[in-house]
Amino acid sequence: MGESDSPVLSQQKATLSMTVPDSNRTSCAITTDYPPGDVAIWIFILAELSVFALLFVVYAFTRHYNLELFDLHQQQLDSRSGLINTLTLITSSYFVVRAVAAIQYGNARLCSRWLWGAIALGLLFLLVKGVEYQHHFSLGIGLSTNLFYTFYISLTFFHFMHVIMGMVILTVVALKAGRGGYCATEHTGVETAASYWHMVDLVWLILFPLVYVMR
Amino acid sequence: MQYQSQMVAKPYFIAAIGLFVAQILFGLIMGLQYVMGDFLFPEIPFNVARMVHTNLLIVWLLFGFMGASYYLVPEESETELHSPKLALALFWIFLVAGALTIVGYLAVPYATLAKITGNDLLPTMGREFLEQPTITKIGIVIVALGFLFNIAMTVLKGRKTTVNLVLLIGLTGLAVLFLFSFYNPDNLVLDKMFWWWVVHLWVEGVWELILGSILAFVLIKTTGVDREVIEKWLYVIIAMTLITGIIGTGHHYYWIGTPEYWQLLGSVFSAMEPIPFFMMTVFAFNMINRRRREHPNKVAVLWAMGTAVMAFLGAGVWGFIHTLSPVNFYTHGSQITAAHGHMAFYGAYVMIVLTIISYAMPMMRGRAAANSNKSQVMEMWSFWLMTVSMVFITLFLTAAGILQVYLQRMGGDAALSFMVAQEKIALFYWLREGAGVVFLIGLIVYIASFFVGGKERAETA
Repeated sequence: MGESDSPVLSQQKATLSMTVPDSNRTSCAITTDYPPGDVAIWIFILAELSVFALLFVVYAFTRHYNLELFDLHQQQLDSRSGLINTLTLITSSYFVVRAVAAIQYGNARLCSRWLWGAIALGLLFLLVKGVEYQHHFSLGIGLSTNLFYTFYISLTFFHFMHVIMGMVILTVVALKAGRGGYCATEHTGVETAASYWHMVDLVWLILFPLVYVMR
Repeated sequence: MQYQSQMVAKPYFIAAIGLFVAQILFGLIMGLQYVMGDFLFPEIPFNVARMVHTNLLIVWLLFGFMGASYYLVPEESETELHSPKLALALFWIFLVAGALTIVGYLAVPYATLAKITGNDLLPTMGREFLEQPTITKIGIVIVALGFLFNIAMTVLKGRKTTVNLVLLIGLTGLAVLFLFSFYNPDNLVLDKMFWWWVVHLWVEGVWELILGSILAFVLIKTTGVDREVIEKWLYVIIAMTLITGIIGTGHHYYWIGTPEYWQLLGSVFSAMEPIPFFMMTVFAFNMINRRRREHPNKVAVLWAMGTAVMAFLGAGVWGFIHTLSPVNFYTHGSQITAAHGHMAFYGAYVMIVLTIISYAMPMMRGRAAANSNKSQVMEMWSFWLMTVSMVFITLFLTAAGILQVYLQRMGGDAALSFMVAQEKIALFYWLREGAGVVFLIGLIVYIASFFVGGKERAETA
């Protein structure tokens, strides 16, 4: 499955390997096959994105028919928390990128450190989101309050669970990286985890404007 | 066969096939009662035939799952089963308890059965699929605990593989969720809500893990593809199963009095439930295409491919047809549900049990790796007879269901009453009964395949 590279991809690879400095490298050339990571995770990501896409489509239609209700309650959300969480996830994705770059140079300890950093940011995300939920629940808001909150809570909570799952995957990989389980030539696991984490981030990047910002 | 204790699977498989035959016979009786209402009345009323038909299905599938576990867990763990004696003892307890329960259903009226089994002490009876007397349910729990103990001890002392892990999670989930059959609240909404925790979370949750692990085991054995590749797929499939299937329970919560948000959650998540089944299809065909050897047991590979395709069609596509709440508003509890139920159970669970029997039985009967060619050809005939007739059963029931919904629920003031609508669709019930007879013939051919070609030189691996 997708073992052979198209000329365009090979060219991309070449560009990639040209732009990285040669110091610190332990062994042979960077092996950035496309898609990065395991093919299975991409099929999983595709499936996950389909679920979210369907949710977004249903959200769009429901919002269209209940514009006033959605506008009113959207304004009650704390968009600052949403923004903080957006920045948190983007930063964590950057950390994951650094982790992949580190292992491409064979620096497993650095890779592990970046991953732990990303996990810590994941925790921060959960914390901020948790405070938000706490606020809603203390006001007696729940899934049944109105259509907007049905969507807001189910969408964000479904994503919340994905952050947890992403953190579990990152933890497994960080531990293995810490034990020296990956090297410059074989680090599919790191790329696999990174791909999944980017998906979690990407979904939030759609979710945030959709639920918090859009008027 | 690598471990002697794997042999305990054999009586489980034989019992499973025996009960399968009984299930089909009661299915045919019931099918006829749809068009000849007083057939075998009052000896076997429709409600009793239905109860026996569905209960036998569940019991024989459980026998199949247990047999499959006893066969594959020692081989995966690379060690003998913890206690073959316990496995055999539980087999007889389960078989006798199951047989007594069925006899109870047939011999006395259901209310009498409830009375003599002391249902008033701990009322659990009277709910669809969970009709078993409380004492039988307690027996099931004891058997399940003993079984899990035996399997878990084997897994713990031996090699840990993903197949074993997923299987064990599935079996544990099966046992734990069954405990909700003892919870019988007075509030009908809560009663229905938790009833689905057994029924839905079994067939659209933990049973899929069992299905996935058995399929993975057979594919590892027959294709010679690297275990890592197959295990990776297994992880992805079960993750998707749980992500869609757990909240997907909501598609049963549209009209039972549960909050309105289930219309959304149930529709969206259950609409995605076909995805893991589709992945399973892609997975099975991919592994077989990448096979590194030609396994002599061709019919087992055929069953494995059949499972992957029919599970997707029956559970995935036919489930999707009526899962969205605006559609289900019309189709709920119609023959469309029956169509889905038939193909989903056959495609996913009947076929996976027949797959593992097909793979394991020749070795348990002292053949090198596969039955003789003659026997395999006969089994392939049974595969096609049963599978094609099940497709027809499903199509006829779907047609009956569409007509039923149209005549009975969409006509406004001109809508027909239930019984009048039933008469109008009788033709499809006759056709379904005909397809059912072909299915029985397929099943007879299947059993006959065990008794032919024994003398022919068995092929070697």
